[in-house]
Amino acid sequence: MIDAFNIYDNMDRNNILLSFKGDITSELLTSILQIMENKMDNMQEEPKTKKKVYNVLVECLQNLYHHMDDATDGNGDKNRSAIFMIAKNNGSYNIITGNYILNENIHGLKTRLDEVNALSKDQLKDYYKSVLNNGEMSLKGGGGLGMIDIARKTGEKLDYNFLEIDNKVSFFTLIIKVTQPQLI
Amino acid sequence: MEKYAIEGTPKTPTISFDIQAGVLEIKGRSIPENSIEFYKPLVDALDKYSSASKPTTTVNIQLEYFNTSSSKCILDVFKKLEAIHKGGSAVTINWHYEEDDEDMLEAGEDYQAIINVPFKMVQVAE
Repeated sequence: MIDAFNIYDNMDRNNILLSFKGDITSELLTSILQIMENKMDNMQEEPKTKKKVYNVLVECLQNLYHHMDDATDGNGDKNRSAIFMIAKNNGSYNIITGNYILNENIHGLKTRLDEVNALSKDQLKDYYKSVLNNGEMSLKGGGGLGMIDIARKTGEKLDYNFLEIDNKVSFFTLIIKVTQPQLI
Repeated sequence: MEKYAIEGTPKTPTISFDIQAGVLEIKGRSIPENSIEFYKPLVDALDKYSSASKPTTTVNIQLEYFNTSSSKCILDVFKKLEAIHKGGSAVTINWHYEEDDEDMLEAGEDYQAIINVPFKMVQVAE
């Protein structure tokens, strides 16, 4: 028997506004974005906050969409799915994504995340411009700009974790914090 | 082909390119998963236009949101405009941003730093 109350209670305690587990399709992203936009309207968020959260959401979700395939040759079906959650705690939004990744791809991703985390605001701006202007566009779309853009827009470090499942795959969690912009 | 127009969707912008008048407008949201596919026809239309461009070309960009995948494609569009500018049509890019949208203003300034075409930053009310 599924313990629905346990899931409910957990989500309630963590202030989860929206949560989804499953295959990430283009249509799903459209729906999630619309739901979150409506929610933020209903919560009467500042336009500035709404825009920031929306922008970061788009990048996080499209990262999942483009990269969750990376582990499909691991264990087949179960790896086609990812988890996505958005929570609001003490006025700041937390966007959490989780997906399987092949162990052999961890090193490359970790290096990129650490690179972005090591940069200051001005360095991120320069790095963004140089990747935009010189970087090759990957077939998947982003060309490596997504993480840089998220770090730039949020002004926060990218918080991540790799949990080893077996000798083939790990579970990659990314937590992005979007704080309310200071009202001047 | 005197006009090139695309209706906007929740994920893609409204594009209108009046070739007779030399006016290109891109408005709305640009957050498609596959932006190369979306922008290719516009890049092709600009290619054609470059061989018979008007003395002046005005470009109005008024985006509410755009994703990083679109940002590369928008740069490609601007690079075509830079070539058209060099080719003798006086190009101006009017980059619109909402009053308190610093991220959008900064994005415009990023392009301004890369592209050798006159940019105007135009503030609009929310």
